[in-house]
This record gives sequence, C-alpha cells and structure tokens, in this order.
Amino acid sequence: MPVEDSPIVLPDDPSLGPEVQVDYPGYRSTRWRAPDRPLVTLPEDLHELDGPVFGVDALGENDADLTLQHEGEPLGERIVVTGRVVDEDGRPLPGALVEVWQANAGGRYRHEVDRHPAPLDPNFSGAGRCLTDEEGRYRFVPVKPGAYPWGNHENAWRPAHIHFSLFGRTFTQRLVTQMYFPGDPLFPYDPIFNSVRDPRSRELLVARFDLDATAPEWALGFQWDIVLGRGGRGTTPFEEVA
Amino acid sequence: MTLVPTPSQTVGPFYSIGLCRRRDDELATNGIALTGQLHDGQGHPIVDGMIEVFDASSGRWGRSGTDGSGRFHFVVSKPVGRAGAPHLDVFVFARGLLRHQLTRVYFPDETDANAVDPVLSALGPDDRATLVARPDGDGLRFDIHMQGDHATVFFVH
Repeated sequence: MPVEDSPIVLPDDPSLGPEVQVDYPGYRSTRWRAPDRPLVTLPEDLHELDGPVFGVDALGENDADLTLQHEGEPLGERIVVTGRVVDEDGRPLPGALVEVWQANAGGRYRHEVDRHPAPLDPNFSGAGRCLTDEEGRYRFVPVKPGAYPWGNHENAWRPAHIHFSLFGRTFTQRLVTQMYFPGDPLFPYDPIFNSVRDPRSRELLVARFDLDATAPEWALGFQWDIVLGRGGRGTTPFEEVA
Repeated sequence: MTLVPTPSQTVGPFYSIGLCRRRDDELATNGIALTGQLHDGQGHPIVDGMIEVFDASSGRWGRSGTDGSGRFHFVVSKPVGRAGAPHLDVFVFARGLLRHQLTRVYFPDETDANAVDPVLSALGPDDRATLVARPDGDGLRFDIHMQGDHATVFFVH
C-alpha cells in the first residue's frame, strides 16, 4: 500500500505542515522519544562555537575502502560514493570527519539486533571513515546496500541507503543523515525518507549517478554533496528555501 | 546565494557498527566519572541511543552508546574559561529521533556559579534541575528523559 493510502504512515498529510516533524506519526519510534515540549533558545550564538577537531589518528587502514577490510572481497555491486562537504555559502569544509555505516548487498547489517534473515557477508563490515580533503571532498568504496524490511508497519521496507555522520567546523555543523540512490521505487512508501516534509529538501538526500565518478571496468560512481547548515532553527533545516 | 542544508535523518538502531568501533568515552585522564540513563516518554530505558559530550572550552569530545539498560558512561573534567557556570554540551541521538537533540550538563558543586548562570537562571526550578548532574559516589549522575514530567530541557541548535 503506498504511503498516502496507509492509515499508519502519513507523509504528505497537509495537516502536518511543511516542516520536518519532530514527532512524525508515520515513523512509530518517534512517539515516545521525540521531545514533546518546545526547545529552549540559548542566549549565545552556537554557530560561533568551534566543534571538535579530528585528525588522521581518527582513521584506520582501509577505512575509506569498505571492500578491502577483509581477506576476500564482499559480494554485491561495488560502487564509488563521493562528493563535497560545504557550508551554506558553498565554502568547502576541509578536515571534516565523515563516518558511514550500511547494510550489506543482501540488506543485512553486521549488528546483533538485526534479525533480517538475509546472509551476513564475512567479507563486509559495512563501516567506513574518512576526512574531507582541501576541497571538502570525501570518497568511499562500498558495495551497494540492499533494501530490507523493518517492521514499522505492514510490509515496511527501507529503500537502500547509506548512513552518514559528519562533523563540520562549528559546533552546530553536526549532521547525521542517510544517503539514498536515484530512482528507488521504495521512496513513496518510506516514512523515514518522507519525514523530510519539503520535497525539494527531501531530494537533497538522493545521490546522482555520475559517469565521471565511475571507475572504468571497476565500479559505478555516485555523487552526493552535503551542505552543513548553521543550525539555530530547531528541526526545520529548509525554512530559507527561496 | 545560500544553499539549502542537507536534512537530518535518524541515526537508526544500527549506528554502533559505524560510530562505536572504538572507545571514545574518556575526555580526560583521571577525570570524573559521568554516568546516566536515557529514558523515553514511557519511562523505558532507550537501549539504542547514543550520547556525545563536548567541552567547548578545551575542544575535548567523547561519545558513548547506551547499553542494554540505557546507560552511558564518560570520564570528564570540569570545563574552565567559558562564560557562565561550567557545563558540557550534550547531544542525544537515537532511533526515533529525526534529528539529534542538544542539552547541557552542569556541575552540582558549582552552586554559586549555577545560581547566576544566564541559561539556568532563565528556567524554572524543575527545568533547571534537569540540567544539573547529581553526586553519585565519586562521580556524577546525569539522567536524560526525552519526555514526561521530568523531561530534560533541550535547546534549539
């Protein structure tokens, strides 16, 4: 059943308004976890505050190539995922710590809580790290993650995605998000993807296929740029869309 | 031209494979143990949450996943040099949070400084109490409640 017809999942109900929901009815886990009182505004400008700084000692060998972390190669479609990390003015953010984690090609995480009956891959841990370069670029080589069921509602499936965690330069440039793949047929059914209410903002979560990032005879390339906002606007990161 | 920020998405239940591969919970050597429990609106422990603590005065940062009892653990030192009473910034991440939440932990032995802190003094006594750790043996205890009568104060960020 598409999301809009479901009594449980309500991504495009206009009564929810255009803003990102803190308590989003379609995503059941939000109900008892999202703060239910208004957030308090601090007197200081948090954007002026520097955030934590990470160096190369935060990285291990093969942290950016998820296909080289074991004896053999992981099963699945090897891909390149790359992009630039910039601030809202388009300035590159060098030295930003980027951490990723994902399911394997069969849609299974190497995590004890994941009970999806798809095989684990002994050659895939599904975790990576890197620091952005002088131009704010990052680059990972994983395999394309599989879709998987997640029990939020009847026949609920997550579209294929890679989790990203980023530290920018300032305290408020902290972001945890998910990257999706272009053209995924599961988009209309996924309450997490649709918890971003503005369709233009939602599209920013979708990577694009990039022939230039594609390694010939080796791996398809996907380009995904990340904009770290100034914060200070609660949970509505797109109020200033022109 | 201002670019539209990339939206936040939940950290989900499996973050530990990517974010907790190494121990990052010691901000100081020979510091103070800071422990606590993360609760949801029904009073249940959140066993798949993650806490990050940041001392903006020194740049020290730490991270702790919650365990099977919803508990987290850090070793911290009291920040010095910033305006207001000494405090650490605390980010809360969890499955079910579309974006991480910001709170603060203040120190219970800083009675005078806490009394004139601009953030604490702008809150009512019950809300203020949610931001001040309590002594716990040699260490400090700081429980976080996402909702309910004892809900922790969270800040716009």
